[in-house]
Amino acid sequence: MQSFSYLRPADADAAIAAAAQPGKKYIAGGTDLMQLMKDDVERPAQIVDLDALPYTKIEAGPDALRLGALATMSDVAAHPEVARKYPVIAQALLASASPQLRNMATMGGNMLQRTRCGYFRDTGFACNKREPGSGCPAIHGQNRLLAILGGSGHCIATHPSDLAVALVALDTVLELRGANGATRQVALGDFHKLPGDTPHIETVLQPGELITALVVPASAAARRSGYLKVRDRASFEFALVSAAVALDLDGGVIRDARIAMGGVGTKPWRLPAVEGALRGHQAGDVAFAAAAAQAPEGAMPAVQNAFKVKLMQKTLVRALRTVAA
Amino acid sequence: MNALIGQPINRVDGRLKVTGGAKYAAEFDMPGLVHATLVQSTIAAGTIIAIDSRDAEGMPGVLAVITPDNAEKLKLEKAGQEMVTRPLLQDAQIFYNGQPIAVVVADTLDRALAAAAAVKVTYRQGEAVTIMDSVLDQAYRPKHFRNGERSPDSNRGDADAAFDAAAAKVQATYTTPVEHHNPMEPHATVARWDGERLTVWTATQGIAGTQRTLATLFGVPVSSVRVICPFVGGGFGCKGNTWPPATLTAMAAQKVGRPVKLSLTRRQMYSSNGYRPRTVQKLRLAADAQGKLVAMRHDGLTQMSMPSLGEFAEPVGLATEMLYACPNVAVTHRLVAVNQGLPTYMRAPGEASGVFALESAMDELAVALKMDPVELRLRNDTDRDGHAEKPFSSRKLAECYREGAEAFGWSRRNPAPRSMRDGNALIGWGVATATYPANRRPASAAVRLNADGSVHVFSGTQDIGTGTYTVMSQVVADTLGVPLNRVRFLLGDSAYPPAPTSGGSTTVASVSPAVQAACAAVRQKLFGLVLADPETGGGFTAADLSLQNGAVYVPGRRLPLAQVLARAGVESVEAGASSGEAEGKAGYSLHSFGAQFAEVRVDPELGEIRVSRYVGAFDAGRILNAKTGRSQLIGGITYGIGMALLEATETDAETGRYVNANLAEYLVPVHPDVPTIQTIFVAGEDTQVDPLGARGIGELPMVGVAAAIANAVYHATGVRVRDLPIRLEQVLA
Repeated sequence: MQSFSYLRPADADAAIAAAAQPGKKYIAGGTDLMQLMKDDVERPAQIVDLDALPYTKIEAGPDALRLGALATMSDVAAHPEVARKYPVIAQALLASASPQLRNMATMGGNMLQRTRCGYFRDTGFACNKREPGSGCPAIHGQNRLLAILGGSGHCIATHPSDLAVALVALDTVLELRGANGATRQVALGDFHKLPGDTPHIETVLQPGELITALVVPASAAARRSGYLKVRDRASFEFALVSAAVALDLDGGVIRDARIAMGGVGTKPWRLPAVEGALRGHQAGDVAFAAAAAQAPEGAMPAVQNAFKVKLMQKTLVRALRTVAA
Repeated sequence: MNALIGQPINRVDGRLKVTGGAKYAAEFDMPGLVHATLVQSTIAAGTIIAIDSRDAEGMPGVLAVITPDNAEKLKLEKAGQEMVTRPLLQDAQIFYNGQPIAVVVADTLDRALAAAAAVKVTYRQGEAVTIMDSVLDQAYRPKHFRNGERSPDSNRGDADAAFDAAAAKVQATYTTPVEHHNPMEPHATVARWDGERLTVWTATQGIAGTQRTLATLFGVPVSSVRVICPFVGGGFGCKGNTWPPATLTAMAAQKVGRPVKLSLTRRQMYSSNGYRPRTVQKLRLAADAQGKLVAMRHDGLTQMSMPSLGEFAEPVGLATEMLYACPNVAVTHRLVAVNQGLPTYMRAPGEASGVFALESAMDELAVALKMDPVELRLRNDTDRDGHAEKPFSSRKLAECYREGAEAFGWSRRNPAPRSMRDGNALIGWGVATATYPANRRPASAAVRLNADGSVHVFSGTQDIGTGTYTVMSQVVADTLGVPLNRVRFLLGDSAYPPAPTSGGSTTVASVSPAVQAACAAVRQKLFGLVLADPETGGGFTAADLSLQNGAVYVPGRRLPLAQVLARAGVESVEAGASSGEAEGKAGYSLHSFGAQFAEVRVDPELGEIRVSRYVGAFDAGRILNAKTGRSQLIGGITYGIGMALLEATETDAETGRYVNANLAEYLVPVHPDVPTIQTIFVAGEDTQVDPLGARGIGELPMVGVAAAIANAVYHATGVRVRDLPIRLEQVLA
């Protein structure tokens, strides 16, 4: 760990002004950043603590769920309206990390959680994400946990978040605040960038720009939703494959479907082709299997993670079956 | 006399542990203490051309940067074969990625870490071989197998000819991965020199070994080195040797002339104190139509470091030599050198990996014979060790199977794979045998009886979390007839009478005889005082006296200890004693046994495997404490669940660097991975091992767990997985 200074601004604009400078890093719950700093992967000159900022509210309105960026994973998971109208969110949260971590980790921070790729997290390895241009030994190395979708010849690191998978399925929009009080909205689906040849650039955030809220539109599909996470260890592990499924059923017919998967993509992976294949069909194993067959479209598996091609289809069918039941 | 032995007494140090009062190595603070950290290589083979430490040395608070250029020259030529003598900054050679190449000392840990990151190293990169499977053809015979006490090979009968002629046979290759011990407490050392005298507070399973190793390497008398270790936060073998971090801490303390602390990070725990080596094991088993074994061949290849780091040969085939009745048995052990660190003992070394292979192969043989796998074991049970050519001192394997099968409900098993379901889930039941040698080594202890009736017992043994403090206190209380709360057992200090390293499940069997003998000697001395005093002893002999509840009973009279000592004009009575090898070592083969029963649930579509039920029945002699004993069984079985389904250290082939050197991606079981575990101790005692009839149980319960689970996975899915850990992609439909 490198020495750093600490700043705790009283309001958002002061925080944004401070963090817009190079070498600055926001800290909220710190559950990921502290690990990265201890491993010398992140070496900020100053950390800007968001602790004094007011973005902790959870507001469940008739049209949308508005999650303050500093709301903790524990508080959101325990919110009765979240569990009732957006079960996929509560389930994804409860499948994440451990209770101690969920008590600290925040909504905004979770969107910015960095990959668990072991090559990225050890400065003894080359890594294009950590040191652009140094190379990606993971592509031909230990890649069982890495992405089969969205990768490039420069990076196949998996996006680690469960929550982001659930939120991207529900068309969540992020509210961002930048320099001089400017605000904008970005769909979560557009927030994370594919690695391409710049894997070190992970989101569309501008320097100093701050996530202030995550807005999830209410929908019939969101009410009938669920999250399934497949992993080696029964708890406290990142997903090998996960599925966030939301269905709007009219009788037995699928009126609308929102599907995203985790553990397979370099970003939270929305599956519009699968959604299209489900719409208008009778809910059931036939439609589910046919639609799930399209899930790995575009997959470029490496040696050790090739099983995810099959596993993602089976996971998706199981999740669809569970949510439709 | 045996009021306390066997009882489920709470740990006598339990309160200290849960209140933070138990002091571990890294928690010893002292005036002037400064902090050290390691700089490690980022290549797997080659030489250091230069270490540029100028920037680091100029950083605030930095006291020293120790490199091969300026390190103290150690007395390597005097070191014994068992001592770890490399890498200790004595030369510029690199043998593995993550090797310590420099030590940075600063006034605070943060400053040491920052300076360590500023040390610049240039290398001449050599050719590295990092994966043993690519060089299996270069396997070689170990040079010091079992410390040179026996050949790495054994042969009785003609296993190959018998195999070829047999009615039923199995031939398969099994692999186990590199695993790391991952004790909760990372290794830590605090070292302080006072002139020529060195004191180290260090996390070790063997204070005597550390004392001897440091004295040898620094060229000072053994009596000038004191090693203190009152508590160990788990060792599992990785604290059995004196690894480079401990030696380098003493070197750093010498360099800066102040006490130095070095505590490893979790990542460094993967590169600094050994690991369970990868194994590739070829098994051939054959039986006659009745299921009697006629041939066994076990060829074990295990991973080694470059030979110049030392030698460790995982003895995977030893259980195959003795476990069952079989006239034709051949075993070989070979090593395959790669550019990784030196491997070492890890809980049940040899047996954990070897019995996975053997007992998986036994299950395959049962399938080939269409025989119940419990029945196959019973048909090959024996009261004689065919390798040692001696009877077992006590072997209750059949009782273990009987009682375990009864508790598990084994008779309700449908033998056909994929035949048992619970809802959608596939259910599988598997069994395997556990075995581990009953080891004992010479030990010593001293007892001091105080006038207030309290007893202090001293022995240079260790409590590595297993309960030594507790069970030895029970032994003392029962032997001397004093209440448990008047006994204070002191250990973990090389100033005390020497005892062996706590490894190989030896502590109970080794230390308890010495403690008993010392107690008997002190009682004898005390009685001597009574008898020598005409007022109290007139006309009596020692046989007339007894010691109970802090008083000597002379016929018709109770003499409180204080009174006896006051009359004799002494403040205390002291005596010491030593004990030797197991009583029955010459005439008997000494082993513990067990039967492991596992139930797994497998998701038929997703492949997720979870252990849902577990019964383990063990013949481990007499159990000194039913509670700490049960904890050992649960801990060992949990360790085995990790081995079966979760644990593996992944190496990047190109660089030889570990990719998952952390507890997020190196998976150990968490609570939902561990079902309720039913444990059974089959009643018995084995006085051929020690007078109390107890055998160590630290390692026995994890032996065979991985095989029982693999066999259950086969029963559930019909898929035979021969490579650990068993992962969902291996059974994915």
